[in-house]
Amino acid sequence: MELNGKIPPGDIAEKWTKYKSSMPLVSPDNKRRLDVIVVGSGLAGASAAASLGELGYNVKCFTFHDSPRRAHSIAAQGGINAAKNYKNDGDSVYRLFYDTIKGGDYRAREANVHRLAEVSVDIIDQCVAQGVPFAREYGGTLDNRSFGGTQVQRTFYARGQTGQQLLIGAYQSLSRQISLGRVQMFNRHEMLDVVLVEGKARGIITRNLVTGKIERHAAHAVVLGTGGYGNVFYLSTNAMMCNVTAAWRAVRRGALMANPCYTQIHPTCIPQYGDYQSKLTLMSESLRNDGRVWAPRKKEDAEAIRQGRKKGADIPEADRYYYLEERYPAFGNLVPRDIASRAAKVVCDEGLGIVPTGLGVYLDFADAIQKYGKSKANTMNLENPSAQQIWDLGKAVVEEKYGNLFEMYEKITGEDPYRNPMKIYPAVHYTMGGLWVDYNLETNIPGLFATGECNFSDHGANRLGASALMQGLADGYFVLPYTIGTFLSKEIRTPKFSTDLPEFAEAEKAVRDRLHGFMTTNGKQSAESFHRRLGKIMWEYCGMARTAEGLAKARRMIQDLKAEFYADLYVPGSADEFNPELEKATRVADFIELGELMCLDALKRSESCGGHFREEFQEDGEALRDDEHFMYVAAWGWQDTSQEPELHKEPLIYENIKVASRSYK
Amino acid sequence: MKLNLKIWRQKNAKQAGRFETYQVDANEHMSFLEMLDVLNEGLTSKQQEPVAFEHDCREGICGTCSLVINGQPHGPQSGTTTCQLHMRHFHEGETIVIEPYRAKAFPVIKDLVVDRSSFDRIIQAGGYISVDTGAAPDGNDILIGKEVAAMSFDAAACIGCGACVAACPNASAMLFVSAKVSHLALLPQGQPESKRRAMNMVHQMDEEGFGMCSNVTACEAECPKGISVENIARLNREYIGASFTSAK
Repeated sequence: MELNGKIPPGDIAEKWTKYKSSMPLVSPDNKRRLDVIVVGSGLAGASAAASLGELGYNVKCFTFHDSPRRAHSIAAQGGINAAKNYKNDGDSVYRLFYDTIKGGDYRAREANVHRLAEVSVDIIDQCVAQGVPFAREYGGTLDNRSFGGTQVQRTFYARGQTGQQLLIGAYQSLSRQISLGRVQMFNRHEMLDVVLVEGKARGIITRNLVTGKIERHAAHAVVLGTGGYGNVFYLSTNAMMCNVTAAWRAVRRGALMANPCYTQIHPTCIPQYGDYQSKLTLMSESLRNDGRVWAPRKKEDAEAIRQGRKKGADIPEADRYYYLEERYPAFGNLVPRDIASRAAKVVCDEGLGIVPTGLGVYLDFADAIQKYGKSKANTMNLENPSAQQIWDLGKAVVEEKYGNLFEMYEKITGEDPYRNPMKIYPAVHYTMGGLWVDYNLETNIPGLFATGECNFSDHGANRLGASALMQGLADGYFVLPYTIGTFLSKEIRTPKFSTDLPEFAEAEKAVRDRLHGFMTTNGKQSAESFHRRLGKIMWEYCGMARTAEGLAKARRMIQDLKAEFYADLYVPGSADEFNPELEKATRVADFIELGELMCLDALKRSESCGGHFREEFQEDGEALRDDEHFMYVAAWGWQDTSQEPELHKEPLIYENIKVASRSYK
Repeated sequence: MKLNLKIWRQKNAKQAGRFETYQVDANEHMSFLEMLDVLNEGLTSKQQEPVAFEHDCREGICGTCSLVINGQPHGPQSGTTTCQLHMRHFHEGETIVIEPYRAKAFPVIKDLVVDRSSFDRIIQAGGYISVDTGAAPDGNDILIGKEVAAMSFDAAACIGCGACVAACPNASAMLFVSAKVSHLALLPQGQPESKRRAMNMVHQMDEEGFGMCSNVTACEAECPKGISVENIARLNREYIGASFTSAK
């Protein structure tokens, strides 16, 4: 299959502007005759549904949550990037574009990323107008902070709850469209299949999660804004219900899954502590603005800490190994996530970990408290402030910046992070891979679009911090509402689709048969237990460090797990009632297939890049890319899982950025 | 630690519910919901139906989890959602009573799961600023003082979990409604439609069957996000002002 990214011609800085002004439009009158389905109500889904509603399309929006406001975008903490240059520190659209391409280890499409940087500035304006209470300076202007992989301050934030505030903004806009009758909202509806009529996406099959009713919904086009698949690892920072089912059902209908092996492991999460653990908790990257990451320099100190004989505070300054600052002086603690994660793994592998499992390092705020305390005492004209006064003043500043994160840490661990350094370790956080889309955000199935984390388009092999919120909202507010017109402008004479078409009947039957299969397997093991086992395989062999041998082994293990799943699954209750166990079973079944594909993709990519680290390919502990052989997007087709997945390659062409080895030293 | 759980079981909205007793072996480092996961895994392995409860982010931000634990929405620890509550706050041999939120406007769906879509309809009645995508001025054209932005944020931090309703003897939704009215009324962007917003949201709240506020302030005490009842005072001011001056 020829993959056409449909990148418009011309100078990179003008592509989007020229394309927007020349793309076919749909008149207001015709918009009223066109139906669009949006699946997902997070940043990428809600912003798209609201904006399409405002334009005049008839929108149906679906979420499996009880309310659109619950989508996992709400949990994003640190912030959202935009090339506003309000700090006068040399930021620009080009610099955000460059940082994102470099941060992604030269595995993202130039044109998409440049567009993202261009529209980033509009996102902030839009969110402010909606009433998002971003942090402000005393003078009333917007405040910024830094995130990893950049040397400017371009991150806008609302304390440590930026995702919540942005999602509520999008939710409010969506609610307004619902009240105006432009968007029909379906809560507690899970998409279980996409329906193709004559090769184009024309509807979906959903299950009403309260009654179990299987429903058919038709439209002229379908948009998936259904998030990422980090939960394939079972333990991740994703919410419990995040899943790949909507995207995977599209794959099973012929859509391509691009770069599935690109997984982001976030360096600062609360370490694992027990077998019963259900999820991992992120501590925002913004903490690395002020927190210093370290481990003991001596193994005996690390061991003493692990056994509880010493505390972090007992280790003298000279015996602390600030490994990020030492190894990467130019970026220090603010290196990109993949690099910080790998460095933590390396020091823990050397035996320097500080939690009983050996898998943990410190994130320390003692210096920040001192620094801010002294500055504050100075501002207040305090003469000879006592150590306690300085500490109290400094603590207050740190609390104002990160209070909710410190509180969350204290609740989970029972330890006070103001007095003892936080203990952190990397955890699965985000997936850069996703449905393959062209410049229009359209998958290879005409009429099927994908926005936000659900697509693969902008982050290459590693996403920079505060860029997920930016991409979700860019896609939903400022890209898709335009580019969907390229498809819908050809559909203005297409009448509304009837759900009585045989394609709908076939898809509904497939869904019913599948659910019936799960309900009647009558084995012994819960979907949850299969999910945990899948997660262990994925983390061990397809996690932070991968090898050809391990990946091949993992693939076989997953195939065995799949066979066991279909033979020994037990789902209690029935299919025609509220049944969370049945929901889990459908999601785990899809995770198993995706997991196998991830291992295959990781195996075939014989290089290291960004979050994909193959132990065989490294230089001084850094990822060693092979641009000659792997500068492409790996888009996998796997409609028939009894066959081998089929690889399609989209070459990546860099015309504006010189491809170089990534250095943060 | 061994615990006795008295849990509300109810097949669906139409059938009557009852308490059932279970034993579970927990550990002090578990979160409350992980303790329920362990219970459910045990029930499933015995081919019994697990207890339905809602949860998602398990970080205290999505507002999906609920539960009334020993009579308190989100349990005994203040400023904490159920998902952030850990078993170290309970002791060996304790009996824990777990119920759904009880309010007319939150009908039970199954066991501990209730329908909170009434909150969505209140927001749809006016809990927004009417601005289309693309119609925004530069973010710095609207100056907002640091303190005002912080006050607005404090109100906007509401997670829509419904604990305020569950805590209130009248099952009033005043804290929820006032948090949204305050979030937007405090900002200059929210001013043009502030009267309509207050009138329409209060009207919808009454339509949904929530009770009246009688200043008990249990809502504030139980709110996991520390939303202040000052917001209710602000809502009353907005509403009364709107009632006298609105053209409607």
